[in-house]
Amino acid sequence: MELDSKCPTGPIETRWDRHQFSLKLVNPANKRKYTILVVGTGLAGGSAAASLAELGYNVKCFCFQDSPRRAHSIAAQGGINAAKNYHNDGDSVYRLFYDTVKGGDFRARESNVYRLAQVSLNIIDQCVAQGVPFAREYSGYLDNRSFGGAQVSRTFYARGQTGQQLLLGAYQALERQIGAGAVEMFPRTEMLDLIVIDGHARGIVTRDLMTGKIESHLGDAVVLGTGGYGNVYYLSTNAKGSNATAIWRAYKRGALFGNPCFTQIHPTCIPVSGDYQSKLTLMSESLRNDGRVWVPAKKDDTRPASQIPEAERDYYLERRYPSFGNLVPRDVASRNAKAVCDEGRGVGGTKLAVYLDLRDAIDRLGKHVIKERYGNLIDMYERIAGEDPYQEPMRIYPAIHYTMGGLWVDYNLMSTIPGLYVIGEANFSDHGANRLGASALMQGLADGYFVLPNTINDYVASTKLEKADANNAAVRDAEEQVLQTTSKLLHNKGTRSVDSFHRELGKLMWEYCGMSRTAEGLKLALSKIPGLREQYWREVKVLGSGEELNQSLEKAGRVADFFELAELICLDALERNESCGGHFREEYQTPEGEAARDDAHYSYAAAWEFRGVGNRPDLHKEPLTFEYVHPAQRSYK
Amino acid sequence: MKIILHIWRQRNADDKGRMARYEVPNVNEHMSFLEMLDVLNEDLIAKDEEPVAFDHDCREGICGMCGSMVNGVAHGPKPGTTLCQLHMRFFKDGDELYLEPWRARAFPIVKDLVVDRSAFDRVMAAGGFISVATGSAPDGNAILVPKEDADRAMDAAACIGCGACVAMCPNASASLFLAAKISHLGLLPQGQPERHERAVAMVAQANQELFGACTNIGECEAVCPKEIKLEVIARMNHDFLLAKLAGRGAAEEG
Ligand code: FES
Repeated sequence: MELDSKCPTGPIETRWDRHQFSLKLVNPANKRKYTILVVGTGLAGGSAAASLAELGYNVKCFCFQDSPRRAHSIAAQGGINAAKNYHNDGDSVYRLFYDTVKGGDFRARESNVYRLAQVSLNIIDQCVAQGVPFAREYSGYLDNRSFGGAQVSRTFYARGQTGQQLLLGAYQALERQIGAGAVEMFPRTEMLDLIVIDGHARGIVTRDLMTGKIESHLGDAVVLGTGGYGNVYYLSTNAKGSNATAIWRAYKRGALFGNPCFTQIHPTCIPVSGDYQSKLTLMSESLRNDGRVWVPAKKDDTRPASQIPEAERDYYLERRYPSFGNLVPRDVASRNAKAVCDEGRGVGGTKLAVYLDLRDAIDRLGKHVIKERYGNLIDMYERIAGEDPYQEPMRIYPAIHYTMGGLWVDYNLMSTIPGLYVIGEANFSDHGANRLGASALMQGLADGYFVLPNTINDYVASTKLEKADANNAAVRDAEEQVLQTTSKLLHNKGTRSVDSFHRELGKLMWEYCGMSRTAEGLKLALSKIPGLREQYWREVKVLGSGEELNQSLEKAGRVADFFELAELICLDALERNESCGGHFREEYQTPEGEAARDDAHYSYAAAWEFRGVGNRPDLHKEPLTFEYVHPAQRSYK
Repeated sequence: MKIILHIWRQRNADDKGRMARYEVPNVNEHMSFLEMLDVLNEDLIAKDEEPVAFDHDCREGICGMCGSMVNGVAHGPKPGTTLCQLHMRFFKDGDELYLEPWRARAFPIVKDLVVDRSAFDRVMAAGGFISVATGSAPDGNAILVPKEDADRAMDAAACIGCGACVAMCPNASASLFLAAKISHLGLLPQGQPERHERAVAMVAQANQELFGACTNIGECEAVCPKEIKLEVIARMNHDFLLAKLAGRGAAEEG
């Protein structure tokens, strides 16, 4: 298969403008004749559904939660980047573009990233106009802060709840369209398959989670904004319901999956406290602006933090990376935390944690300033860990947080199935092998507000689509498959709960395909997963019926997909014989222990094509070329 | 420690429902409340009993999906905390806890502890927004917002839409929820043009959804996990009254 990224060429500054001009338009009066199905209501899906409805399209929108306002974007804390240069500190669209390509370890497309940086400006304007209560200076102007891995202040924020406020902005725009009758909303409705008719995405099969009704929805295009797949690892910072089912079923219908092994570990999460642990909670890395990360200088030091004198503390990030210090990018911070714990210098009961200490900042700025900046985060830490960060340093450890991989899309955000668009974290996106802090919100909203509503017109205008027929064999077949899977899970009469399998899979993935990976470990995981998957289908136990709310059944379908996806992640990680960004292969590192890329062989996006469960998928490669930002080893020294 | 739970079990909307007693013998103090329910559910599944249905998603106190009454208090005994953020260290060995769903006419029970809160969405659709289409915004710094106003708007905007305020109110009023949004948008310059229509439209929809009237009891404020203050209700009443005096928004009120 030839992968055509459809990226424009020529001067990068004008690529998006020229591309937009070349796209076909749909007459405003005709738009309402077209139905677009949007799955997911996070920043990407919610903003896309609202914007498409404003344009005049007929929109049907779906989410599995009880309200579109619950989507997991709501939990993003730190902020959103935009190259406004309001602080005159040397920021520009070009610098944001440069930082993002470099931060992604040269595994993203230049054209996409440049567009993202450009559009970042419009996002802030749009959100302010919607009433997002961004932090302000006393003058009334917008406040900014610097954030994980950036040397300029370009992050806009609303306390520690930026994701919540941006999502509520998109949600309100969406509700406005629902109220106006332009969007038909289906909450508590889960997409369980994609309907492809004559090679075009024409609909989805859903299950009404309240009644169990399986139903098909047909339209002219399908947009997936269904988020990432971090929950493959069981423990992650994702919401419990976050899942890969929508993108996975689309993959099985022919959409290629891009860079599945690019997963991001977030360095500052509250550590695991026991076997019952159900999820991990992130502490915004904005804390790294004022907090200092350290561990005891010597091994197995069991003294409480307050009794360890200054000289016996190792501020290892400041020591190893003098110019970025505590603000090194996420992958670097995470790996270093693991390294010091592996050396036996971890802290807390499990020894799998490092300190994040606000003491010096409190001394310098006063407790009130720290409270104003991070009050809600500090309260949250205290609630969960039962310790007071104003008195003792917080304990943190890395956890799975975000997935840069996802369905492969071209510059128009269309997957390899015509008419299937994928936006936000669900696509393989603009972040390359590592995402910079405060860039997820930016990408979700860029895709949903500004990119997709422009590019989708071109498809609608240039494709002759007959009205999709509910009696088409493809519709029947998709429904039949969903019914079969559901009934198989319900009548399995197994002995083990869904969660017990999910935990087992998660442990395996974290162990062999987590923060650092080896060929040996990946091969071991690949030899174990198929057996575990078969065992799952034999032994999983799902009680209750399919005709009512059944949360075990919902989970069971999602975990079944995680089993298949886990295998693909490991395969991709094994195939990529280099270290880059979030993908760290122990065999490939520099003498100083930094990630060693292999541009000669791996400067491509991997796009996998489904070949049947249990069969090896086909690998297609989209070569990446860099005309502006020249690949170099990332250095944060 | 051991915790004894009495949980409302109800198969579906038509079922009458009843309290059922369970014991969870090995509760660890670091568990969250929902993790304790996970442990109970795993136990029930092992015994071929259907697990307890409860809503949850983020488990970090921000999505607003979780919540139940714990001994008659929405989200349990710790102020400013959602159920998912409540940890078992606040309880002691042998405690008996009564878990019931939110009870309000506007929130029909779906199953066990799960209720239907879609009335909140319809209230938002009636006017909880600023009408700005994508692409039409001026530069972000063209609209100055005094820091104090931005901070107060943020205080109100922190609402997570969980419904605890309604569940706790003897009148099942949604006033705190409505007023939080009306205050958030009404405190900002961007929100001024629609300020009065917004209040009238949202209040009218809330009445249609059969939420009760506010009689200033203040139970809502006491259980709000985001500690939204009663003063937002005063702001809402003010906006609503001014709109009525000016004869605006009458059409929506119908
Ligand atoms: S589960 Fe999201 S607030 Fe409790």
